[in-house]
Amino acid sequence: MDLTIQNGEFVVLLGPSGCGKTTTLRMISGLESVTQGDIYLDGRKVTWLHPSDRDIAFVFQFFALYPHMTVRQNIAFPLQAEGQPKDMIESRVREVVEMLRLRHLLDARPGKLSGGDKQRVALARALVRRPAAFLMDEPLGALDADFRETMRAEVKRLHISQEATTVYVTHDQIEAMAMSDRIVVMSDAEVQQVGTPAEVYHDPANLFVARFIGSPGMNLVSGQYADGAIHLPGSNRYNVGNGWHTALPRDLGGSSEVIVGFRPEAAHINEDGAIAGEVYAIELLGAYTMLHVNLDNEENEIVHIRSDRQTRYPIGTAVRFDLDPEMVRLFNPQTEMAIRREVTP
Amino acid sequence: MSNVALQKVSKRFPGVTALKEVSFSIKDGEFFVLLGPTGAGKTTTLRVIAGLERHDEGRVLFDGEPVDNFTPAERDVAFVFQQYSLYPTMTVYDNLAFPLRSPLRRLPATEIQRRVTEAAQKLHISHLLERKTAHLSGGEMQRVSIGRAIVREPRIYLMDEPLSNLDAKLRESLRVELQHLQKTQHSTTLFVTHDQIEALTMADRIAVLDEGRIVQIGTPDDIYDRPSSVFVARLVGTPRINLFAAGRENGKVTIQDSDLHLPAASNSLPASFTLGVRPEDIVPDSEGTFSGRVGLTEPLGVETILHIQSGQQTFLSLVQGMTHLGMDDEVRFNIAVERLHYFDGNGKRIQ
Repeated sequence: MDLTIQNGEFVVLLGPSGCGKTTTLRMISGLESVTQGDIYLDGRKVTWLHPSDRDIAFVFQFFALYPHMTVRQNIAFPLQAEGQPKDMIESRVREVVEMLRLRHLLDARPGKLSGGDKQRVALARALVRRPAAFLMDEPLGALDADFRETMRAEVKRLHISQEATTVYVTHDQIEAMAMSDRIVVMSDAEVQQVGTPAEVYHDPANLFVARFIGSPGMNLVSGQYADGAIHLPGSNRYNVGNGWHTALPRDLGGSSEVIVGFRPEAAHINEDGAIAGEVYAIELLGAYTMLHVNLDNEENEIVHIRSDRQTRYPIGTAVRFDLDPEMVRLFNPQTEMAIRREVTP
Repeated sequence: MSNVALQKVSKRFPGVTALKEVSFSIKDGEFFVLLGPTGAGKTTTLRVIAGLERHDEGRVLFDGEPVDNFTPAERDVAFVFQQYSLYPTMTVYDNLAFPLRSPLRRLPATEIQRRVTEAAQKLHISHLLERKTAHLSGGEMQRVSIGRAIVREPRIYLMDEPLSNLDAKLRESLRVELQHLQKTQHSTTLFVTHDQIEALTMADRIAVLDEGRIVQIGTPDDIYDRPSSVFVARLVGTPRINLFAAGRENGKVTIQDSDLHLPAASNSLPASFTLGVRPEDIVPDSEGTFSGRVGLTEPLGVETILHIQSGQQTFLSLVQGMTHLGMDDEVRFNIAVERLHYFDGNGKRIQ
């Protein structure tokens, strides 16, 4: 694995459980040894340095607070352990407490706190050291949905005000999109793509990223390329735009098999639309409606179409839709890689 | 299938009242969701209907007939739990056939086979029928559990958080399958969840429970657009509804600690109240009436959450697509005044 994280950057390692994201984080911290390769901090090789010599703070999913200490003592602890002068400790504690709005809890013990408050204290304890880098392992994973939303914004705001390099591990693609400068998508111990939230969302490098990012993921429909069009399930046809006609056959080699990918918002219901299907299910999601359309009743090929709030159809209604050509992505089913329209010289 | 009604059902456990005069009726063929936080009484309600728990007061009716004294077996309900309770050494086929092989049913083998094959088809697990359940993925196991409920023709399906243990992608796809199945079978279903998205997306009607009481019953549109209280308003919608301490001054609505004044407050509003605004009703617009600064942006791909600072307040706004706005940029916006929510000092909706 090769990865360079810039000073001040917020990088998220994203992937399903077992993909290697936590192992990566633990190797950066020094909690796990490296089998092969090297790790550098500010150009200094730290591969074999002890964790405490790396100037990194670690925040875990499970708030490891000392139950017998007050919030104030918990936050001050890392500085006391370093033997810092008393007035310096006091001013640093005051600063992080203000930032995380913890003042009213200073004399409470962790046992009395809510999950969100405990995690704020854990964050404060990491921040108070002003380390060169933060490593966070699913710090919001144990919180309920409500708190997670609030804390997500809080951690991001904190990062912006501190400008401390942060490596953050999560399996939650929404968290990754919302918080990061760049996302490292991992699967099976390999990096699948490194990019900004916009890049991994709009231009996934492969089928894994296309599926993993987005809720639901990108629609991926198998088809055959012939006579300038892609033949889709249910005798549907998608006419690919100019710019694909050279790239497609070259990428596919002798095969005609291709996968058409499009985000739910790239499809628009239209009675004269090019693609036909039948409403399979319909979901109200608050601000909008998600329409699930079956392209082929035999094969059950269901695509998701994001429509406005007022959209209502009984299940079984025949509908037609169009795809925004700018938002269509094609993939090679053999290599599982995205096919690039323009050929780079 | 049946319609099922609860009339003023109360249930006490030592030291705690779990249900307080719970009343609702589920129509034949309806997908009815009980939504509420942990400890609200959702599972207790389900168990009372199943006959696994005896209520202290009130009545449970199936098709108008009281079943309070019926055993669980006599009530003929089918359960799907969060934890799939399958027989690991049996094949998927045998797991599905198991409820039908009960000597009480005396179903002929051909009928059992027909029902199992049909259920497997509906749940897209036909290719797994010969597999031992121990070798299935979590999503496949939950499909088999649902299959084991639908092979029977019970009076009602009772589902207790059946999707909670699955990962996000599987949950999304099973949600769609469950809805399709229920709508094409017209089965009466009571579905319990703490997940507002599951409730909004699948339900014909939702009953919101809080501390053993029903606080609102309505369609997903009712619950989302006309929440009966601050509690319900906060429970549904992501990102969460904006809630502000607000007041009425000179015919205008003022939001505390902000520079915002909204037009034409109705005279029936009290002097002070809580104002609720859904994030999608705060719409950035270069000609907008209000202005603030961007405090934070959270791009989610299909949409972006904008945190707009105005005075001491933060307004969450949900916008389509990516945004060109950056931190500290000035942003003008409109508020969909016709979609505001007002709540009184007790958190109750003001009509």
